[in-house]
Amino acid sequence: MTAVTVTAPRRRSRRLLAVVAEHAVLIALGAMFLVPLVFVVATALMSDQQALTGALIPHPVRWRNFADVFAQAPILRYLLNTVLYAGLATVGMLLSSYPAAYAMARIRWRGSVPALIVVLAMMMVPQQVLAVPLYVMWAKLHLVATLVPLVAPFFFGNAFSVFLLRQFLLTIPDDYADAARVDGCGEFRVMVSIVGRMAKPAIAAACLFNFLSCWNSLFNPLLYVGGNPTWWTISIGLTQFKSLHAVNWNLTMAATVVFTLPIIVLFFFAQRAFVEGANLTGIKG
Amino acid sequence: MAPYRARAGAGSRATARGAASRRRRRLLALLLAPWTIGVVVFFGYPLVSIIYLSFTHYDLLSAPRWIGAANYAYMFRGDQQLGQAVRNTLWVLCILVPCQVLFSFGIGLLLSRARRGVGLLRTVFYLPSLTPLVAAAMGFLYVFNPGTGPLNRILGAVGVDGPPWYTSPGWAKPSLTVLAVWGSGNLIVIFLAALLQVPRDLYEAADLDGAGPLARLRHVTLPVISPVVLFAIVTTVIDGLQYFDQAYVVSSLGNGGAKLDDGVLGYPEGSTLFYPLWLYQQGFRYFNMGYASALAVVMLLVALGISSAILLRSRSFVHQTGGTGR
Repeated sequence: MTAVTVTAPRRRSRRLLAVVAEHAVLIALGAMFLVPLVFVVATALMSDQQALTGALIPHPVRWRNFADVFAQAPILRYLLNTVLYAGLATVGMLLSSYPAAYAMARIRWRGSVPALIVVLAMMMVPQQVLAVPLYVMWAKLHLVATLVPLVAPFFFGNAFSVFLLRQFLLTIPDDYADAARVDGCGEFRVMVSIVGRMAKPAIAAACLFNFLSCWNSLFNPLLYVGGNPTWWTISIGLTQFKSLHAVNWNLTMAATVVFTLPIIVLFFFAQRAFVEGANLTGIKG
Repeated sequence: MAPYRARAGAGSRATARGAASRRRRRLLALLLAPWTIGVVVFFGYPLVSIIYLSFTHYDLLSAPRWIGAANYAYMFRGDQQLGQAVRNTLWVLCILVPCQVLFSFGIGLLLSRARRGVGLLRTVFYLPSLTPLVAAAMGFLYVFNPGTGPLNRILGAVGVDGPPWYTSPGWAKPSLTVLAVWGSGNLIVIFLAALLQVPRDLYEAADLDGAGPLARLRHVTLPVISPVVLFAIVTTVIDGLQYFDQAYVVSSLGNGGAKLDDGVLGYPEGSTLFYPLWLYQQGFRYFNMGYASALAVVMLLVALGISSAILLRSRSFVHQTGGTGR
């Protein structure tokens, strides 16, 4: 008994020490995570000479870099192409994947488990595996060097989105849908307005992830529009920008900021959808 | 089925049920039609097609010519660079991916125990994973630039001679690992969410039994979150297998701004020539479509092997995804 009362305060202080140490580690690592971003943004505001000095604080602050970036490369065109690609792909994804996910999660039929296995298998196959025949197919249709090969597949379901939406649809209780059915609501309307409304967070997350993965993607754009600068996306444009302006790190970093900033802004506006989506992809245990 | 059909003519209720089930089947077909077409055209067809093409010589200009197993023979005997590409990808799977997973798990664990500032810290760790891979790679090429980059300047200021990072064959892959770990915030968020779902009373019970922190991790935390961990590991490994973007940027731009389509990927000295880059090079620069298909078939088998090896080890996984899980 006495031993316990003696050690209790000591144990508490040791625990406090552990908490402080853990926070210190987290804060130190967090700072290290931010440092590259800070360097990139700082360099984007420097003159090209200063960018080579390894200085931390831009002096003088050169906002003109951003104007120069837009003047020296058709960045606006790349941005528009990317928005067009990511936007259309996301619309297509939603139109095709939500109904499929609904069918797999909320309608009883024999094929729902095999369908899930197909979805999982599609998620597991690396994109490069299927690239050759698909490229051949689009080449035969004379659609290489357009956005069609990038956008069209999304109108026929996207495995990752189907999976994410399905996971969420499973968690929605049947009561509301049943009530609507009793009131004579057709299954299609149940899907769109009853369940669809309750699935909003997951739909938002799926759209965000889809948009982002298109915005960020390099492999497919490189394959299909790499040879045609009119349709270059921002990721191709950026790699090319660096080769044109090899030494101008300040401009290259400014272009990098132009590429990244929309995503960061999007994140702060839709933070909840992001976190929700990330949790969904982790499958609730 | 049979009893319903037998009664169908008898009662109006049964007819209504038959009509309803027909309507339901039509709805099901409607909902699944686009996805099914997608599965056939963008998944099934190319899967069958690579198997066929892998036995042919095909350059996109003339029709595929059957050459038997020659592509596979060349893979295993003739291709000098394939060995390097395989070794590099093995490096990704055995070092880069475990680094990502362990680091993310560690941060997730710390975040789940933290009392204050969890939201802010989570954002800080998540933010880098949002930066587009190309942008992140460009940023790192600058920050880790051995001559003029800020990192080596700082290291120099404290008396450390900074390594050549992305410009040397020995350092290129470790540098890419730093980039990958920096960008694995989504894993952190996934792990954190799972860790926060572990019921508190389980920990209290373990404490009463006198379990230390390691025993608690092994016998309480890991079993509870294992489905999440498994799924995260599988997807990270598959991502590792198709590791392309960062390596492409680093290898095509690291050498002082070569043109986009110049030369052989993998700078410096093939140290960043990963398997998918070799497939890309063969298929879409040399237009050896047959040989690239053979590379793709092997990649497919490896992907299937890895994911089924991991997934089959835990049979509960399918049940968890089947919606019966908590």
